[in-house]
Amino acid sequence: MATTATLAKAEDRAEVTHAARIEHVSKSFGGPAGGQLVLDDISLDVAPGEFVTLLGASGCGKSTLLNLVAGLDRPSAGSIETPGGRPALMFQEHALFPWLTAGKNIELALRLRGVPKADRRTETERLLDLVRLGGSYDKRVHELSGGMRQRVALARALAQDSDLLLMDEPFAALDAITRDVLHDELTRIWRETKLSVLFVTHNVREAVRLAERVVLLSSRPGRIAHEWTIDIPQPRRIEDSDVAELSLEITEHLRGEIRRHGQH
Amino acid sequence: MASTETAPKSPKADDLAGLEAGLDALDSVQIRRTPVREVLVKKVLPPLVAVALVLVVWQLLVTLKVTDEFKLPAPSAVWDSLTTMWLEGTLLEVLWTSVSRALFGFLLALAIGTPLGLLVSRVKFVRAAIGPILAGLQSLPSVAWVAPAVLWLGLNDSMMYAVILLGAVPSIANGLVAGVDQVPPLFLRAGQTLGATGLKGAWYIVMPAALPGYLAGLKQGWAFSWRSLMAAEIIASSPDLGLGLGQLLENGRNNIDMAGIFLAIILILIVGIAIDLLIFSPLERTVLRRRGLLTKS
Repeated sequence: MATTATLAKAEDRAEVTHAARIEHVSKSFGGPAGGQLVLDDISLDVAPGEFVTLLGASGCGKSTLLNLVAGLDRPSAGSIETPGGRPALMFQEHALFPWLTAGKNIELALRLRGVPKADRRTETERLLDLVRLGGSYDKRVHELSGGMRQRVALARALAQDSDLLLMDEPFAALDAITRDVLHDELTRIWRETKLSVLFVTHNVREAVRLAERVVLLSSRPGRIAHEWTIDIPQPRRIEDSDVAELSLEITEHLRGEIRRHGQH
Repeated sequence: MASTETAPKSPKADDLAGLEAGLDALDSVQIRRTPVREVLVKKVLPPLVAVALVLVVWQLLVTLKVTDEFKLPAPSAVWDSLTTMWLEGTLLEVLWTSVSRALFGFLLALAIGTPLGLLVSRVKFVRAAIGPILAGLQSLPSVAWVAPAVLWLGLNDSMMYAVILLGAVPSIANGLVAGVDQVPPLFLRAGQTLGATGLKGAWYIVMPAALPGYLAGLKQGWAFSWRSLMAAEIIASSPDLGLGLGQLLENGRNNIDMAGIFLAIILILIVGIAIDLLIFSPLERTVLRRRGLLTKS
């Protein structure tokens, strides 16, 4: 039964040309007339299997955009399509439920997705193995380190079996060593699962380290300012000279965007 | 680029796994269980010392004849009352009369307070309508309900339960409301992305997340049940009602039997503490420890 489901899904994937299509999306908060415009006419496609990072300074509305794609909020104008169903979402905080063990957190996602009880345990073990936390099924959330919690959160997001994974600065709160390791892990898992990823960050090097495409947003309101396609082969290292070179170029653009706000 | 030989550009899978295992081992929290000896010294000894001190001071006051004996009975006199009741076989009967009433009343309050709390916390109109009243009811002493309850229901067990309910239901409902209010919005958003919306969201996310607040409400609800019942038993005593701890106290007053009064007060106190220690505290501690919310002192 599981195989036919994956087959059907694979066919679906062959038909669609995008994992997410954002068309002329605008968002303003606080009243229809005098509201503050946060996102202004954003159009962006994420191709199946593509890794895109959204990069921007504070106030560029990148988290807002992610919430819109996740369906947690509605755009004021424009449309968002996610043909693969409800996208999975990972937050900056792990957002694991402390009343459940690591394994039960993942099982809850499976259960809400409608996976039959008999298959849940095996699937959970498989996902834990995927994030290299085999044997941590019974661990309580507070017994895990920050990096382990984010890996369980990633496993829980993968348990949704969505084509599209949205990540909202998921590594921002981690120490540099752990973050570096999780970059390697995420790259590995992305390549293994062939997921589409839309990754939000304000860390330029992180964006270049991970993505096939970097989209720079301007701030207040958020508009697409620039785009880079990256063909440096994976796995990359954040210390690589070509990563550093491109990071420098992108940082210059980012700083230019920020400077504009000081001029008036 | 010159450093590629010393630092491999693409780490092998095994290297990464090993690195990660090392990080996990370094960062993981070590959970230590407190040894029994330490628990005895730190948790059991202090209250025993306090009780012993109270007894010493009490005996001292009696020995020094600070006041008349009928006003302040000796600890031994209270002990004698206790053994007399035990030998007559009435002690357990009296305790059970009150405890069974309080527990049954508490369970009723639980069955009414829980849905009421859910309703108040989830439905805006209900909250605006009765939320403040429910919060205010907590500050109304349940003794106030004894008089109308007697007139409405007569001198019987239903009247006792009515007083317990009016005392405990607001506590339980308010505890649940507070618990639901304190659910971090992040959990709700995480639940939403996993597909837990509506009733599923309430069952899988809101209820378990609100459990600590709910348990605190239950704890307080029990205290209110017990206090309300004692008020009812003291004021509304009748031979038909069966002898509970409250009536025991009231009988002591009528017979000017100070040792009996002291015994009743001590028993009321002990039952209140015992139920809390045996049922609610362990429940609360287990829930908090599982969530890593219990900080070891």
